[in-house]
Amino acid sequence: MAVLRKSPPADALTSSAGTRPPKPGRPPLRARLRRDWQLLAMTIPAVGLLVVFHYVPTLGNVIAFQDYSPYDGITGSPWVGLYNFQWLLSDPEFWTALRNTVTITAFQLVFYFPIPIALAVLLDSVMSRRLRLFIQGVVYMPHFFSWVLVVALFQQILGGAGLLAQTLRQAGHEPWHVMTDPDAFIVLVTAQSVWKDAGWGTIIFLAALAAINTSLYEAAAVDGASRWRRLWHITLPGLRPVILLLLILRLGDALNVGFEQFFLQRDAVGAEAAEVLDTFVYWRTLMTGAWSYGAAAGLFKGLVGLILIVVANKVAHRFGEQGIYKRS
Amino acid sequence: MTTRPVWQERPTVFGLTLKTVVLTLIVLAMVYPLYVVVLTSLSTARAVTEAGGLVTLPGELSLDAYRELFGGGVVTRAVLVSTGVTVVGTALSLALTILAAYGLSRPGSVLHRPLLFLFLLTFLFTPGMIPSYLIVRELGLIDSYWSLILPTAVSAFNLVVMRAFFMNIPGEVLDSARIDGASDFRILWRIVLPMSKGVTAVIGLFYAVGYWNAFFNAVLYINDNTKWPLQLILRQYVQQGMNLVPNQRAVDTAAGYALPPNLAIKMAIIVVALVPVLLIYPFVQRHFTKGVIIGAVKG
Repeated sequence: MAVLRKSPPADALTSSAGTRPPKPGRPPLRARLRRDWQLLAMTIPAVGLLVVFHYVPTLGNVIAFQDYSPYDGITGSPWVGLYNFQWLLSDPEFWTALRNTVTITAFQLVFYFPIPIALAVLLDSVMSRRLRLFIQGVVYMPHFFSWVLVVALFQQILGGAGLLAQTLRQAGHEPWHVMTDPDAFIVLVTAQSVWKDAGWGTIIFLAALAAINTSLYEAAAVDGASRWRRLWHITLPGLRPVILLLLILRLGDALNVGFEQFFLQRDAVGAEAAEVLDTFVYWRTLMTGAWSYGAAAGLFKGLVGLILIVVANKVAHRFGEQGIYKRS
Repeated sequence: MTTRPVWQERPTVFGLTLKTVVLTLIVLAMVYPLYVVVLTSLSTARAVTEAGGLVTLPGELSLDAYRELFGGGVVTRAVLVSTGVTVVGTALSLALTILAAYGLSRPGSVLHRPLLFLFLLTFLFTPGMIPSYLIVRELGLIDSYWSLILPTAVSAFNLVVMRAFFMNIPGEVLDSARIDGASDFRILWRIVLPMSKGVTAVIGLFYAVGYWNAFFNAVLYINDNTKWPLQLILRQYVQQGMNLVPNQRAVDTAAGYALPPNLAIKMAIIVVALVPVLLIYPFVQRHFTKGVIIGAVKG
C-alpha cells in the first residue's frame, strides 16, 4: 500500500499537467477521484446510514432547547432557552436517577472491574491448552445472551418462584426475595454483570498476558523470585497499560450502566433503587410525551460523558499512557 | 498439554486443589442454570410438580412444551420474526461493513480521513434516545421491521475491527492485482474476502447476535404486539410471568405453595431464545482465540 501512495498511477501524472499545480507528492483531486471512486462508492451506503441514524438525531438534540411538539415539528416549536435544563436540575427524580447511576458505576468499579483481571491471570496459569480453551469457551458464552435472557435466568434461580426459594422452602425456611429487594439490588445487578460479561472481559487481558516476555519470568525465577513476587513485579506491570485503558473507557462511560438490565428490573425493585439516567429518560418522555425534557436529560448525559472521556484521556496522557486516542 | 517450563516451581497440592475448585465453581455457575432450564423444559408437568418447580434431576421427559410452542401461535410467530430480522439484518450489516471497511482501508484515498473520522466520532457520543426515536418515527418506520435493522445496521466498532484486519493484508498482494487492472470490487471479492473468512465469521456473529437479542429497539419502535420479536415474548411470558395458555390455574404442590402453571413451557421459551446462540457459537469461538479481535483492538 505504501508503494501505491508514493507512486501515483501513470494517468494521474499526465493529467496533472496544465492544471493547478498539485500539492507535492499528491495527484490532483480529479485524478484521485478517478483512482478512488470505487472506494468512495463502497463507503457511501454505510456513511448514509450513519448520517441518518446518528448525525441527524444528534442535531435533533436542539429540541432540548424547545418546547417541542410532534405536530409543530422542530421548525414550528417555540424556543425556550435553558428552561428544560432548569427543570431537570430542580427535579428530585432526576437526582435520584443520577445518584443511582453514579453509585452503581462506583460499586462496579470496585466489585466488577478487578474480576476479569483475576480470572485472566487464573486462566493463564492453566497448563493444559485444551482445558483452558474449554473454560474460555464456557465463560465467554453468556456475553452473547440477551439481557432479557440473563434476567429471566436469574429469576429462575434466585426469584420468588426460583430454585433458591424452592430449595429454602423445601428445607423449611422463609424464601429470600433477592430479585425484588431494593437493598440488594446493586449487588444483584453487579452479580448479573459479572455472570454475563466478566468472562468476555478476560479476552483483552489474556492478550496482554500472552504479550509479556516469558524470559522475564525465567530470569526472575532464576534470581529466586517467588510465584507471587513474579505476579506482582512482572505480570501486573505488564497489564498496566490495558488496565488503565479500560479504566479510562469505564470512566468515560460512567453514566452508562446498561439500559436493558435496569429497564427490565425497575418495576420489580422500584424506581428509588433502580432508576438510572436512561430509564429516567424513557419513563419521563415516552410515557408522558415530554419530548424536550427527555432530550434535555439525554443531552446532559451525553455531554457529561464526552467531558469525562476527554478528561480521562488527559489523565492517561499525563500518566504516559496512550489512552483511547493519541495526543495530537 | 503444554509442559511446565524448567524454571517454574512445582505446583503445590494446595494451590492446585484451590485452582481446580475455583475453576470448577466458575464453570458450574455458567452451566448449571442452563442445565436446569433445559431439563425443566423437557420435563412432563408431573415431573415439574414433583420437583416442586425447576427440575434438577432428570425424571419423566417429554417434548410437549416444544410441541405447544411450535404448534402455531405467539411464539412460533415471534421466532419467525426474529429469524427474519436476524438473517436480513446480518446480511445487510455484513455487506455494508465489509464494503465500507475496504473503502476506508487505503490511507490517502479521496475523503479517507474525514469519512473515517465520521465513524470514529460515534465512539465519543451517542445521539440520545429521544432524537433517535423521533427520526425513526419521522421516517415512518414505527411498527416496521426495518426499524429493528436500519438504526443498528452499521456498527462503527465492527467496521474498525474489519478495517484493521484488511489493512494487515500485505500491500504487495493488492498492488499486483491492481497493476493487472483488477477493479477494487473485484479485488475485494476475489482476494480480500477469501483471506478474511475468520474475521467475517466473527463480525457476522456479532451482528447476528445483536439482531437476535435486539430488545430495546423493539420496545421503542414496535407497538403492534403481533410483530414482536422473540425477546419481547420472553419478557412478557417469562420475566413478567404472563400465561401463554389462558385459563390455567396455578398448580398446588405438596409443600403447600402455588407453582406457576406451564413452567416447562416458560423454560422452553428461554431455550428457544438460547439455542441459536449456542449453535453458532462453537463455530466462531475458535476465531476469538486466534486473535482476530484482539489484534484489531490492540491496533
